[in-house]
Amino acid sequence: MREIPGDLKFLSSHEWARIEDDGTVTVGISDHAQDLLGDIVFVELPEVGKILSAEGEAAIVESVKAASDVYSPLSGEIIAVNSLLEDNPEIVNESPYEDGWFFKIKPDNLDELADLLDAESYADSCED
Amino acid sequence: MNKTCLHQKHLELKAKMVDFSGWDMPLSYGSQLDEHMAVRSKAGIFDVSHMTVFSLVGNQTEQFLSYVFANDIAKVKNKNKAIYGTILNNDGGILDDLIVYSCNGKYWIVSNCGTKSKNTSWFKKHAIEFSVDVNLMDEFSIIALQGPLAKEHIAKIVEIESASQLTAFGVMDFKGGLIARTGYTGEDGFEFIVPRDVGIEIWNKAIELGIAPIGLAARDSLRLEAGLNLYGNDMDENYHPFESGLGWTIDFSNAERKFIGRAALERIDSKTSKKITGVILKDRGVLRPGYRLQSNSGEGVILSGTFSPILQKSIALARVDSCMNDEAVAIIREKEFSVDLVSSRFLKQDKIMK
Repeated sequence: MREIPGDLKFLSSHEWARIEDDGTVTVGISDHAQDLLGDIVFVELPEVGKILSAEGEAAIVESVKAASDVYSPLSGEIIAVNSLLEDNPEIVNESPYEDGWFFKIKPDNLDELADLLDAESYADSCED
Repeated sequence: MNKTCLHQKHLELKAKMVDFSGWDMPLSYGSQLDEHMAVRSKAGIFDVSHMTVFSLVGNQTEQFLSYVFANDIAKVKNKNKAIYGTILNNDGGILDDLIVYSCNGKYWIVSNCGTKSKNTSWFKKHAIEFSVDVNLMDEFSIIALQGPLAKEHIAKIVEIESASQLTAFGVMDFKGGLIARTGYTGEDGFEFIVPRDVGIEIWNKAIELGIAPIGLAARDSLRLEAGLNLYGNDMDENYHPFESGLGWTIDFSNAERKFIGRAALERIDSKTSKKITGVILKDRGVLRPGYRLQSNSGEGVILSGTFSPILQKSIALARVDSCMNDEAVAIIREKEFSVDLVSSRFLKQDKIMK
């Protein structure tokens, strides 16, 4: 299992959020999630401009084994999606915390970050 | 949880393990897609010892099989051959699909794992009037060697030349068990039904030769690409063989043969029955069991679905109305996606397209 980067915040449903220097937030799924899913063959990304609520459905990831919803850790507007995943969904398996990011949002309210798990609490929640 | 004699080997190979009908089995040893392609391009080795082995003993074993088995056992009588077919209930519903192995007077059956206790009672109940002993061979392991290079590897694994001379569905004796030219992947290959210590030897030799171990996940995508049914998904007691793509395994040719389910099947018009079809999703996505299919000529439901590594598209088996056209839509998360209804032999289509 890869080490969980300490600067990430998590939902217990395995999405991570990273606050970038410009105040935007990048979202993806955890290494643990990609491992549970197995080979990922399809990612359905949201449209740029879409408004999301915290813990609202944002994307869908399909592996050979299962389809899974991806929820947004924060409320805000989608400002970019990782279109590389459309043709190369396996990047999520290979690099879940870097190249395999799903989308970026312009957050409405950074106070919502307080509701997310830090890396250590998330790691604990995976062991339960 | 039940464990096969190779359980420790799977753990050593760092397999992701899964509970499969009460058995702790390897799902994959890494990437399911890589395992799938290894079997299509080279060879792979599978531990399928969770499946059930029966041996039948008695002078009237052939009469017994002629009665409980819907394919005609006479086709393999006095031949060292295996035959695929179903056992039916009195309504013609499928109790299980299985292979009967006939070898030098012996009759063995390999059937599914989830149906073990049901089949045991069914066989024992009907064996009484034929004075046949139905023995569970729990101390046996089943290993499958599958792939285009299986024929090259077999001699090195079992150290006898004659195994590679077996024809399709051919069977031979081997170290207290059997080797058969059978499989569940659509590739050439062999299956070994052997005592545990022989099974471990075979497994170890295959791994030493660099043959990839293959988990149940790839086994499922391989069988689906080959258009082979899975009991519990694509057939069960609620459907008869014509609705399950298995009409070809029902042998009515001997009018004297009164097999269980025959009378019920003879009352059915197979032309108007629902049918099994292959489905290819034109767009991105993955078809899953339970998804509905719709068209202006009928409807249906997905039974098994996966992503085909060979076609690079999602494929599925579906049960649809007999009159359903080739053009339909699948309902995925309340949205319509175009699908093609095709022959379930997806692999052959790949060869045609190339």
